[in-house]
Amino acid sequence: MEITGAEITVRCLADEGVEYVFGYPGGAVLHLYDELFKQDRVKHILVRHEQAAVHAADGYARVSHRPGVCLVTSGPGVTNAVTGIATAYMDSIPMVVLTGQVPTHAIGQDAFQEVDTVGITRPCVKHNFLVKDVKDLAATIKKAFYIASTGRPGPVLVDIPKDVTTSRCEYVYPESVHLRSYNPVVKGHSGQIKKALSLLMEAKRPMIYAGGGIILGEAAAELTQFVRSLGFPCTNTLMGLGGFPATDPQSLGMLGMHGTYEANMAMQHCDVLLAVGARFDDRVIGNPKHFFQEDRKIIHVDVDPSSISKRVKVDVPIVGDVKDVLAEMSRQLAAGALKPDVAALKAWWTQIELWKARDCLKFDRTSAIIKPQMVVETLYRLTKDSDTYITSDVGQHQMWAAQFYKFDKPRRWINSGGLGTMGVGLPYAMGAQLAHPDANLVCITGEASIQMCIQELSTCKQYRLPIKIVNLNNRYMGMVRQWQEFFHGNRYAESYMDALPDFVKLAESYGHVGMRIEKPADIEPALKEALALKDQLVFMDFVTDQAENVFPMVPGGKGLSEMILV
Amino acid sequence: MKHIIALLLENEAGALSRVAGLFSARGYNIESLTVAPTEDPTLSRMTVVTTGSDEIIEQITKQLNKLVDVVKVVDLSEGDHIERELMLVKVRASGKDREEMKRMAEIFRGRIIDVTDKTYTIELTGTGQKLDAFLEALEEGVVLETVRTGASGIGRGERILRI
Ligand SMILES: Cc1ncc(C[n+]2csc(CCOP(=O)(O)OP(=O)(O)O)c2C)c(N)n1
Repeated sequence: MEITGAEITVRCLADEGVEYVFGYPGGAVLHLYDELFKQDRVKHILVRHEQAAVHAADGYARVSHRPGVCLVTSGPGVTNAVTGIATAYMDSIPMVVLTGQVPTHAIGQDAFQEVDTVGITRPCVKHNFLVKDVKDLAATIKKAFYIASTGRPGPVLVDIPKDVTTSRCEYVYPESVHLRSYNPVVKGHSGQIKKALSLLMEAKRPMIYAGGGIILGEAAAELTQFVRSLGFPCTNTLMGLGGFPATDPQSLGMLGMHGTYEANMAMQHCDVLLAVGARFDDRVIGNPKHFFQEDRKIIHVDVDPSSISKRVKVDVPIVGDVKDVLAEMSRQLAAGALKPDVAALKAWWTQIELWKARDCLKFDRTSAIIKPQMVVETLYRLTKDSDTYITSDVGQHQMWAAQFYKFDKPRRWINSGGLGTMGVGLPYAMGAQLAHPDANLVCITGEASIQMCIQELSTCKQYRLPIKIVNLNNRYMGMVRQWQEFFHGNRYAESYMDALPDFVKLAESYGHVGMRIEKPADIEPALKEALALKDQLVFMDFVTDQAENVFPMVPGGKGLSEMILV
Repeated sequence: MKHIIALLLENEAGALSRVAGLFSARGYNIESLTVAPTEDPTLSRMTVVTTGSDEIIEQITKQLNKLVDVVKVVDLSEGDHIERELMLVKVRASGKDREEMKRMAEIFRGRIIDVTDKTYTIELTGTGQKLDAFLEALEEGVVLETVRTGASGIGRGERILRI
């Protein structure tokens, strides 16, 4: 039987096992919405802005390891979605974005709500398609899911003109896809792996640096086993937190611009570095010239060959799926006779302990004003033994969350690392809460970031998403203010957040619970009270120290070991 | 250094803009780019002439390979290869210049393919260097118009790029 393109699209989603579509309707996608309306296999979540639809789908994908799906209309629907798509692209998140387009005969005529969607999004998607014939629709959607979720994942966009949604053909959802031009490498080269292992065993000062690829590649267990079997120190990037347990004695915490003193010093001074699922970006290694002042051998494992030797020269490149490669490394290690140099390792740990003793994350615990670090630390203490997911926005609060919440498991820490998009925190929490309805979902944010997607409080009400918002309210775009304090002679140009709303009343007006917390002694009781409100969204507005800064800090252009410390 | 990179890509709408977009977004140089379908109509063959350090060329080939529409990428400069470019030049050819022009075309094995009282249009193929040399050999002011295709490249001998 022939069915319409709209029905085909919805059936593809259902057959792909899609639980939720995050979206917003409009002219070009009306037929698609009509088909969504007629069925109940795929649930639609109506957001209040297309940017949030994409972020929510992205958040869903990050916690569930399944591609997120969103649907927006042509023209402004697409342009609103672009920030979300670019955010997901930078963090390699599997996602399928369905966009409406003007009818094929109107393309190129500057039709109402026409934009060149494929052109606009080309640089920020893994791939995109314009479907011009309904006969290609099902196969294209299948390809989109396949490309999005294999190799180095990423968003794939399918642009569907309105007339394609009304044209008819037989529906067949392909079982599998083969693309001659797309064959991601899975297995690492075993000879290279052998070389890497012997290099690691010769190391006097080894270091393991693990990135977001560990999370995306579901390789946390393999990494943890490998690191523990060697007794080497391990650091995680912002995107890799939870890939190796933060509470493990071998963890040096996060590295990079706001990484720990010990992680950055060990990175700088190690003699053999194993990088897995990480990409040596500028926020991680600081100035590459400075990084190379020290002599070290580098082994780099990544599923994306173009990540290897992009910013730093590598001695042993290994292209492959990180899970597979780490498992193979453990296997070869167990089978072989090579052992780490125990005496050297002991001396290395002695050095690391000295760095640790610098206590780089200390802050004033006796302050009469709420210290943001204290809020995160208390939140961690209260939630660490329960099923908890933390999302964040972008700024100082994000760094404090990353530093003070100890993530022991993967996919528990959801933030925009690559693009650094303010406004992601709340929609990320929405997508994550839908994927894990019974878990605690806490969004750690700032008063500037939260206002970038504040309209989603309404979505949270509609779908009863009991997210806990921890607003670290310093009345400043804190991270901007910090840079202005350090590098622009204390001239706080446009970083003061004037005319803030009363967040308590704002939350209440959306039908949620609002709280304002002004004293350090109230942090714990307030968090406990909020967490106990299992069915309610609670907006906790913490009035925090305006002058607090994030330390350590590697200033832009400086070397990793040139940190500003408290 | 100059590199000549050959690609096979899906003959899909937009494939060319993905390649061109990659070069501009990542700040790579393009000296020339040619593209046309192959004997297999589902595939296009592209030749890109670019310059850059070894690291940059390595990134270019990796990034090209990463494009979903790109089936194969070869840096022809890594081995023996042949490079050809076609140029059409319209030159002033009147009076005493007329004979001289004809002679120059012959020396460079060009062909005069269009003639008027005052002009010749000369067709010339060869490496980019040869075409440059021809233009340099002409007297100043005689060139009225030039159009060049950019280089096409192919491996020598048994070096074959196909799927
Ligand atoms: C969409 C967007 N615009 C601008 C920026 C630049 N930026 C980075 S952090 C920041 C301030 C964030 O302020 P707030 O959310 O209050 O967090 P705080 O740093 O105070 O914790 C700004 C403006 C950004 N990252 N994203």
